[in-house]
Amino acid sequence: MKRKYLPSRLRPALAFLAIPFFLGSGSLLAEEEDPVRVAAVYQTAIEEPWVGTIHQAALQAEEELGIEYEFVEQVSAADFERVVREYANRGFDLIIGDAFLAGEEPARRVAADYPEVAFAFGSEFGPAEPNFSVFDNWIHEPAYLMGIVAGSLTETDVIGAVAAIPINEVNRLVNAYYEGALSVNPEVEMEVTYIGGWFNPAAAAEATEAQIEAGADIIFAERFGVFEVASQNDVLAFGNMTDQHSLAPEIVVTSALWNMYPTIEYLVRSVDADLFVSQDLKDWSMMAKGGADLAPFYQFEETLPPEVIAKVEETKESILDGTFRVPIIETDPQTD
Amino acid sequence: MDDFFTSAFLTGLIAATLRMATPIIFAMLGELISERAGVLNLGIEGTMVMGAMVGFLTTLTTGSLLLGVAAGAGAGMLLSLLMAVLTVYLGLNQHVSGLGITLFATGLAMFLYRLAVGSPIVPPTIDPFTRIEIPVLSSIPLIGPALFRQYGLTYLAFLLVPLVAFFLYRTRAGLVVRTVGENPLAADTVGVDVRLTRTLCLMAGGALMGIGGAFLTLAHQNMFLIDVVGGRGWVALAMVIFGNWHPVKAMIGALLFGLLDGLQLRLQGSDLAIPFDFFLMVPYLMTIIALVLVSRRAQVPAALLKPYRREDRG
Repeated sequence: MKRKYLPSRLRPALAFLAIPFFLGSGSLLAEEEDPVRVAAVYQTAIEEPWVGTIHQAALQAEEELGIEYEFVEQVSAADFERVVREYANRGFDLIIGDAFLAGEEPARRVAADYPEVAFAFGSEFGPAEPNFSVFDNWIHEPAYLMGIVAGSLTETDVIGAVAAIPINEVNRLVNAYYEGALSVNPEVEMEVTYIGGWFNPAAAAEATEAQIEAGADIIFAERFGVFEVASQNDVLAFGNMTDQHSLAPEIVVTSALWNMYPTIEYLVRSVDADLFVSQDLKDWSMMAKGGADLAPFYQFEETLPPEVIAKVEETKESILDGTFRVPIIETDPQTD
Repeated sequence: MDDFFTSAFLTGLIAATLRMATPIIFAMLGELISERAGVLNLGIEGTMVMGAMVGFLTTLTTGSLLLGVAAGAGAGMLLSLLMAVLTVYLGLNQHVSGLGITLFATGLAMFLYRLAVGSPIVPPTIDPFTRIEIPVLSSIPLIGPALFRQYGLTYLAFLLVPLVAFFLYRTRAGLVVRTVGENPLAADTVGVDVRLTRTLCLMAGGALMGIGGAFLTLAHQNMFLIDVVGGRGWVALAMVIFGNWHPVKAMIGALLFGLLDGLQLRLQGSDLAIPFDFFLMVPYLMTIIALVLVSRRAQVPAALLKPYRREDRG
């Protein structure tokens, strides 16, 4: 019954040839070609600026660090845990996402079940051992710098802020903006209006109308919907998260920028080097490490009083060299 | 608080009330006409989203705001035609069909928007409608600047309310619509095409919902974002019940909602030590309370939710 497929003399030779192939696929190639596999789970669409910022950073990492990146967006609260779990099961090295609110607990539950996978989610709470890191948009520093501009420029001594909802990450920015204004103008008062959600441009527009009626002459647009009304009333404004100058070039003085790339790069490199530790990644979203910045002033570079720009530059320098810390205040801002 | 209720405050509040009521009035009128003919259109929210998106993209590509409004109306008509096929011709459940259309249209709107503009970090914008100041009238103290310095679409919305009321109660065609919604068999007996009437009412209603959505992206704002409609369709739906299926009463409901919404944004800035969440809740809370009070004596169109099949006659 024995059937010879190959002449017996050739068999040892073939086996010998196969050895380097197995060795290669098992070890040599693995180190060079196995990219870090990153999955992202987002609760909103990638058009939402907060999620968009994370997504853009991951795309940049795909380009520059050669990671393998997969993402899923608009995952409902009910599906969140299942989707995160599926990625963990599929052997991704690093799972990131927006989490917060309804996603917070499911993300932590899954992380606890997969100690060998690295997790990093947006959160206002702390990291969890051994594998759950947290990040957030710590852009209170540029918000403080915008406050310096607002406090210097206001003629009514009333500055405005139109924000989403009073949670820590929003309060932090609004309060830093106010502190910045107070640092140059102790008389200044702030109007704050919450629109009650991430996307409600019509409500933000109406909130802007109300703030202008109440005397505000420069407004921090924490959310979309402010600029159109502001420009009709010749009121200056600030953008948030992304450089929003192009939306209303004549009135958007500058924007507080968030850049997630330093965070993603740090995560990918530490996962790749097997050095991942769970931690609060907030430093990577702050100015010193390039995670936050103030957008250019564009034509306002020419029109703003030079001493205002000098004050901003000076404060920025002392933030960057670590000699000045912008206060982190997360309580609900008091409207005067 | 004394310096709070100044004339500038009142002018601002009244103006905001009209602006915030505008999209709700368009959608409410659209829903009212559909329901008067016997079809509950729960596709209202999705139809508004589609109107907002199509209107925006049309204006973005053509530069014409009026074309944008027309395209928003057209998109609303198409979706309502689908609703008519499902509920009028196939006789499917109106609740399920309508909710299905809302889910479908919301997803499709986002999908088409991405096909057209991708996912830029900063959304594209258009030059929106500017407010039209009516000479003489706008110089009346207090109410002048509030009532007569508005968007063209806002004037149109308030003009449409008496027109729709006149149509429904003073014209033969209006009588036909109401009869189809109350007693389709009787209408059929006298030679009215029940299905065609319902289809036309749905489409006219869809056009109005589409314009209501387009108002948000072409006048009240200059960009399209997911969630831009933000439940205004559902509020409009409630206003139809609040107004007991009468356009003028429903308009009063929409104005009340606009007033409370405008007020809450202003009260947040006051010294009142009340959490902002409460103010956000107030318009919706008032709507629920009003519904409870009104719906006890509601006169629902008798044939609402009932598909009309000729063979059921005998």
